[in-house]
Amino acid sequence: MSSESAQIGTPFWLLAELTYQCPLHCPYCSNPVNMDAENAEIDTQQWLKVLSDAREMGAVQLGFSGGEPLMRKDLETLVKHASELGFYTNLITSGIGLTEKRIKALKEAGLDHVQLSFQAANAEENDLIGNKRHSFEQKQKVARLIKKYDYPMVLNFCITAQNIAQMPDVMDLSCELQADFVELATVQYYGWAYENREHLLPTKQQLTTAETYVNQFRDGQEGQGPKFIFVTPDYYEVRPKACMNGWGTTFLTVTPDGTCLPCHSAKILPLTFPNVKEQSVQDIWHNDFSFNHFRGDDWMPSPCKDCDEKHIDFGGCRCQAFMLTGDMYKTDPVCSKSPDHHLIQSAIANAGESTDKPLRYRVLKKDKIPVKTV
Amino acid sequence: MSLKMNPLYRLQYEKAQNGHVLLFPEGMVKLSESAAEILLQVDGERTETDIKSALRDKFPDAPEDMEQDIDEFLSHAKEKNWVLDE
Repeated sequence: MSSESAQIGTPFWLLAELTYQCPLHCPYCSNPVNMDAENAEIDTQQWLKVLSDAREMGAVQLGFSGGEPLMRKDLETLVKHASELGFYTNLITSGIGLTEKRIKALKEAGLDHVQLSFQAANAEENDLIGNKRHSFEQKQKVARLIKKYDYPMVLNFCITAQNIAQMPDVMDLSCELQADFVELATVQYYGWAYENREHLLPTKQQLTTAETYVNQFRDGQEGQGPKFIFVTPDYYEVRPKACMNGWGTTFLTVTPDGTCLPCHSAKILPLTFPNVKEQSVQDIWHNDFSFNHFRGDDWMPSPCKDCDEKHIDFGGCRCQAFMLTGDMYKTDPVCSKSPDHHLIQSAIANAGESTDKPLRYRVLKKDKIPVKTV
Repeated sequence: MSLKMNPLYRLQYEKAQNGHVLLFPEGMVKLSESAAEILLQVDGERTETDIKSALRDKFPDAPEDMEQDIDEFLSHAKEKNWVLDE
């Protein structure tokens, strides 16, 4: 399959990153570290057009994300439009700012599902990791509101070395809050998480202990209670993930300033990405240089191009290759066949060691918060 | 016992997929034409027997083992939690 003949699929998944503003400051945030360089956010009319255009192309799953999407006052307007277009609408939120008035308005607008993040299973650690007082208490209230208004509820726990020992508490809390699905997502190392990798990467032992506990707990559930999904971090795999199900095949991210990306972290790559202010979503998806750049397998280096698994993982993640090797064309170093795999092995070998590097909380320049050091 | 759709899942026709899909938080299952026909009959009131006779009325020329296929699909759908006993 050459790049020219590569089948250009449909962007089934649209991730609308409405804003980079966020009341939390989690050090594992996947948003870009240089968010301050961002341009102004696109306005309501521009978002409405993005939603219409993407739906016309066949997009069906829509995630409202950020930052914290609740920071946008027009969220209800966007949800209503998306719902009328037939999208399945997902709100991906920290819960901060989700009052009963808003959750009711969102229900009336047609919101289908709420995914609520937790930083830990107790107030002290949760509020410390997000660097926001009383956020644990607010999240618990929000979880109850989500159930009260009859939404499917997914809880998302970002698991790092900071909270991985709490797995039993995390699972108990999920049951108590009556979650439908729970993502136990061991953090992937992009954005702020990459900056803070020395603090966040769990050891192999910690990971095994956590996963064993999850499996035991699941076995005891007998089909009752939340469905738990445990996500292993790339670093402990020997083959890369099929990142984004292949570049430019399924996923489209639109960032707060209207930039279109084939995945939410691609902005770090040395490519110029198109903007909905200048081109239609359709034109971008089909014709833009950046979207076509890694479609098919013509771009692949060795060992990918001769590998019989190349149509399973598509060479892995371009962002991970770029972050670790400085070359976005290389095989994802997660792959044990990659000549750069030692970079992953040395990161793993250092997991759990103390570091002099300070933990960096996610901040925008305008955030005036007294950042604590841990 | 009547059958109902699990409210976690939404059945919808998708032009781009040229067929029906089940939508749920951050996911989608594409359904075959016959699977979609069966799920379209699940309305919270009809029993399995009602569904089978409604489909027999709709497709009088379908093969004899259609009822068996319906049983198999519905037990799969229950296992997947798409469909619940009312």
